[in-house]
Amino acid sequence: MSTSKWDVTFLVYRKKGQGTPHYDEFTIKVNPDEYVLDAIERIWAYQDRSLVFAHACHHSTCGACGMRVNGVEKLTCITLIRDVTADGGKVKVDPLRNFPIISDLTVDMGVLYTRMDEVGHRPVLPLSEEPAEPGVKPVKIAAEGDIIRLADCIECGLCISACPIANTTSGYLGPAVLAGALQHGLDSDQHLFSLVEGENGVWRCHSAFECTEVCPSYVEPAGKIMELRKQVIWKRIFGIAK
Amino acid sequence: MSKPHVIVIGAGFTGVATAHDLALRGFEVTVVERGPIVNGTSGRTHGLLHCGGRYCVKDQESAIECIDENWILRKIVPQVIEPNGGMFVALDDNDVEYGESWTAGCDACNIPYERLTPKEALEIEPNLNPDLLLAYSVPDGTFDPLRLALAFAATAKSNGAIFRLYTDVTELLMDGQGTVTGVKIWDRSADERGELFADVVVSATGAWSGQIAEMAGAYVPIQPTPGVMVAYDRRLVSNVINRLCKPSDGDIVVPQRRMVVVGTTSYDVEDLDYVPVNEEHVQLMLERGSELLPTLRNTNSRGIFVATRPLIGAGIPGRSVARTFKCFDHKENDGIDGFVTITGGKATTLRMMAEKTTDMVCQKLGVSVECRTAEVPLLSYRQFYALQN
Repeated sequence: MSTSKWDVTFLVYRKKGQGTPHYDEFTIKVNPDEYVLDAIERIWAYQDRSLVFAHACHHSTCGACGMRVNGVEKLTCITLIRDVTADGGKVKVDPLRNFPIISDLTVDMGVLYTRMDEVGHRPVLPLSEEPAEPGVKPVKIAAEGDIIRLADCIECGLCISACPIANTTSGYLGPAVLAGALQHGLDSDQHLFSLVEGENGVWRCHSAFECTEVCPSYVEPAGKIMELRKQVIWKRIFGIAK
Repeated sequence: MSKPHVIVIGAGFTGVATAHDLALRGFEVTVVERGPIVNGTSGRTHGLLHCGGRYCVKDQESAIECIDENWILRKIVPQVIEPNGGMFVALDDNDVEYGESWTAGCDACNIPYERLTPKEALEIEPNLNPDLLLAYSVPDGTFDPLRLALAFAATAKSNGAIFRLYTDVTELLMDGQGTVTGVKIWDRSADERGELFADVVVSATGAWSGQIAEMAGAYVPIQPTPGVMVAYDRRLVSNVINRLCKPSDGDIVVPQRRMVVVGTTSYDVEDLDYVPVNEEHVQLMLERGSELLPTLRNTNSRGIFVATRPLIGAGIPGRSVARTFKCFDHKENDGIDGFVTITGGKATTLRMMAEKTTDMVCQKLGVSVECRTAEVPLLSYRQFYALQN
């Protein structure tokens, strides 16, 4: 870690109850190798105790601390300050889009959670139960190589915030939910199939791939939506998804 | 007659589990938490569902609590647990020698284990140090910290508990005769202040319990002890990997999702609300962790974080303090009625801590209802967001 400190000004979105939203400025000394969440926590601890923000695990396993940093969706607990500004620079911090704001930087992600339950997504699975890719045998940890697992979705909401379709239609299931639906595959459940192929399902996606761009958990929701489209067509033609 | 009302301060693991137990036993419950669910120590755990093996030599009371609660949590909240198992690995002669008292400790505490040859261990975990001398497999697991707490909170909410998040307790209300009667609150999301009254106030504020107790002029012998953890961005192991040695710095690797978390250290702290990372400890995690998993040296770190354990006892070095918990009725020690503190312990024992706390509340209010939390399965953690307050 670097020992030289930077002066950084944080422009923080503020909103209380029915009050008018505005931005507050906080200038603090930071180590550039600290995370944006560290700076926000310190602003709360030493400058303004009224600041409301969500966080829990501080290492990208819970998904609570998603925000927009300089307009881009980030999991703030693993976003290095050095990657978003420079010494003497500014960092603008906003709550996620496409969710109701509770206060300041905290949003209500209830809809996302409810929909994840509706598609039966399971967030914590042993490696033996979820293969790396659909149809692939259960994973053994190899000395080399990466794995992609849908259980890795931490429901942080970054993909929903970044999605241009979620921004125009609150009914759209959204990237995390559709990716979550793939965990079971479409053959498992008729309700799931209707949801996925329905008007708020896979065909609403415009393939912007913003979701994959911002996903901090390597779930690659856009690719999963494309895979689901394939499954929907197979199921329509041959009666089974695979 | 209306139900007795209990205010729980803190929505960490102990607070949410206590809210669940109280609600299940028929109390009216309000949880007051200054941040979101588990924003303090609880959220920042490495997520180890202990089998007790880390304590079975020096602190058997904690070890027995761990293995008992490990089995219970697997049963009531499987949705947030990866039952991946764990290993204790010996890398040198000292470790092998420690293994003798360790197996005796496991026998005494009823912790099942199985001896593995180096070849067997490496077959299960190819990234382990190939020079390991022996290993034991144990029923460790990992849990998702936020979702474990949410499952308890969701079930509490479904039984009527009310959660006031982003709400600070600014003062304890006293009746002038040494009884706590409620709390003064500041709801920061609406910027509104108010008062809440209760028959009993439970402080479940862990490392912060000393500060809350002070508000009532009471004392809790709490020793907040931070430790550094480092998350690396590859899942190098399937199991939890423990060094077969007495608990020390950097002797555990906990897999979570696509990561492994190496922990932890132990140091002193002045301001609990913001604990800076001790940078030497980050280097230490890499050095000690790579003794167990040499490939850690070629793996990027993903998140560096600090959690402050609430250890009970004052003036004793952090590692020597027992990891068990304690429930304080402040009437006994401080002459202050209507006020209970629960602190110490570990995530794995959250349900048991809640049971003892709720027993104490029942006893103070003359209520006699059996605890059922060891049998009642918890709701989907996502219901916390679906249910209205």
